[in-house]
Amino acid sequence: MKISMFHLMPHRELPDDFEERYHSVWVDPPFHELATPERVGDYYNWTLDELMHAADLGFDGICVNEHHQNAYGFMPGPNVMGGALARATRGQDVALVQMGATLPTTNPPIRIAEEYAMLDCISGGRLVAGMPLGTAMDANMGYGITPIEQRERYYEAHDLILKAWQSRKPFPYNGKYTQLPMVNLWPRPVQQPHPPVWVPGMGSLSTWEFAADQGHCYCFLSYFGHARGKAVMDSFWEFMDSKEKELNPYRAGFLQLVAVSETDAQAEKDYEKHIKYFFEKCLHIAPEFTPPGHQDYRSLENNLRRMLSQQMSEQQRLSDWSFKDYVDNQYVISGGPASVRDQLEELIKSLRVGNLMLLLQIGSMPHELAMKNIELMATEVIPHIRHHWTDEWENKWWPESLRGGRQMNAEAGVAAVAGGS
Amino acid sequence: MAAVSERETTVWQGKVQSRALVAGEGPPLVFFHGAMGLTWDPFLDALAESFTVYAPEHPGTTPGQPDAIKPIDNLWDLVLSYYEVFDELGLESPAVVGHSFGGMVAAEVAATNPSRVSRLALIDPVGLWRDDAPVKNWMATSPDRLGPLLFADPTGPAAQMMATPPPDPETGIQMALRTTWSLACTGKFVWPIPDKGLKKRLHRITAPTLILWGEQDGLIPPVYASEFENAITDARVELIAGAGHLPQMEQFEQTANAVRGFLSG
Repeated sequence: MKISMFHLMPHRELPDDFEERYHSVWVDPPFHELATPERVGDYYNWTLDELMHAADLGFDGICVNEHHQNAYGFMPGPNVMGGALARATRGQDVALVQMGATLPTTNPPIRIAEEYAMLDCISGGRLVAGMPLGTAMDANMGYGITPIEQRERYYEAHDLILKAWQSRKPFPYNGKYTQLPMVNLWPRPVQQPHPPVWVPGMGSLSTWEFAADQGHCYCFLSYFGHARGKAVMDSFWEFMDSKEKELNPYRAGFLQLVAVSETDAQAEKDYEKHIKYFFEKCLHIAPEFTPPGHQDYRSLENNLRRMLSQQMSEQQRLSDWSFKDYVDNQYVISGGPASVRDQLEELIKSLRVGNLMLLLQIGSMPHELAMKNIELMATEVIPHIRHHWTDEWENKWWPESLRGGRQMNAEAGVAAVAGGS
Repeated sequence: MAAVSERETTVWQGKVQSRALVAGEGPPLVFFHGAMGLTWDPFLDALAESFTVYAPEHPGTTPGQPDAIKPIDNLWDLVLSYYEVFDELGLESPAVVGHSFGGMVAAEVAATNPSRVSRLALIDPVGLWRDDAPVKNWMATSPDRLGPLLFADPTGPAAQMMATPPPDPETGIQMALRTTWSLACTGKFVWPIPDKGLKKRLHRITAPTLILWGEQDGLIPPVYASEFENAITDARVELIAGAGHLPQMEQFEQTANAVRGFLSG
């Protein structure tokens, strides 16, 4: 297994009645009513500290991503965070999983080729190059990308970046969306021919096809847990099999919310309100901010059918859910170390995933509690689950110099506990 | 109701297949539909009493042809492809009527090659922008907020008709799919701000032009009517009382009479 900590960098102190008072957490929430730049500075620094804590304790990787105009997770420049982390982790064998810089909204896209190459140079070849399509809220609403062109822009940007990394000679690039007279990238990445590429997705067939054809790792980013993720991942593996691809578990990644405490009862006490905050406030997204055209025609048809059938069957209201509901429905894996270990084992085996991204700072979770969650994860859980797949499969989608694996750093954990108390 | 027939058109090096609905008798009239797709309605029936109405569907919005939008990269391609549609339909210089997004297309077609349009009627067209009266973003507005922008009377029969889902779920899915994809395809030429330089081209229009505007249009406020009027050489404005963005639905007789009267004159 390769186990990374994922951070969204959310607003941690939205008002209790946020979702009643405000239209959407994304696109139009008023900054000055809800935040101050000084307090946001604390959030960024806590985020960096939490990711560094995970790195120090022996996590395999640390992940950041890109989003715009929201209180859900606002790192508009993931490579700004990545730069700070690359420097601070110098000499550590932890991967920088940039999940990542959004291709259609970065113009010209060779900016990503350059910044990722910088991160790979600074980190000595520890970069995982995430290549997200971007949400509609970010790309269409925040950055004005024409919805029906977003995917085509993505493919073109991807091809340009890969070519810019690998071409030995300068070349002119005549794309539909980007024209450049002479591409001659400085610097070049340490990892050759290029850093491993991860493609995040929400379960659409066109993304699987792309990941399979390109030989990239596919990461299913869902907030609804492994029970619901199972159907998607089963279809993913069937699809890979039909394309005659090796069913290497490291070909896939999965995101999971995890909150671990001393006991199951303590977990409920510690985390219930932060989990509810995440689902009720951070995911309070106005549906009209996904404009027509963001989904391609076939996905649109599938989704219209799915929406209709869901309306008829469950129509659940998450706001009524308690801690128990989130855990029983496996949206969140939470409890004492033993429960969390068991559920993660089940997840790893049932989804057949080799790359796990754990969201350990959830919603309003304050800094101290996030540090505790990271720590218990590192000391009580990860050592028991990280052996999966290592004997049978090679992680070809991980920086080569880091494939050997890390040891958990118990000393760093003890030191941090002592320092924090 | 007029007998409506379908005409397939294939243009743009054979890459773009679309459909035009055709009905009526008399001199040719081309109708360009709005962003939500083409519906043959009583307004088009009324025009078909005096004209042969050709209503082409914008690329990609014809059922079964969702990919026809792909070869049309930009507004320039779209305008040129419409001259090819005119050619296929055998239309040299028809009267042209356009509503909303279709109004912008009609104005662009009339401005780019003025000899291809004999008379022009624009109904609540998009295409211009004023910072003091921004056009609402219809692609990113929820249905409950869109209703009051579109209709003078959001509880009236026209609004009710639009808000009522069909009883059969499969029909509902097909309608939602068609509307959403029409918005997606037409959005290619207007996102994120529906100002693509028409203000620099309107002076080229030579066709006598009627500008019709619903007095209570909440989507594109009627201040834009005089913007069009001032920029087009031979133009006059008629405001339609008791109508929002869809006067041909909400006040269909008055709107149809105004268009027919003008085009026949």
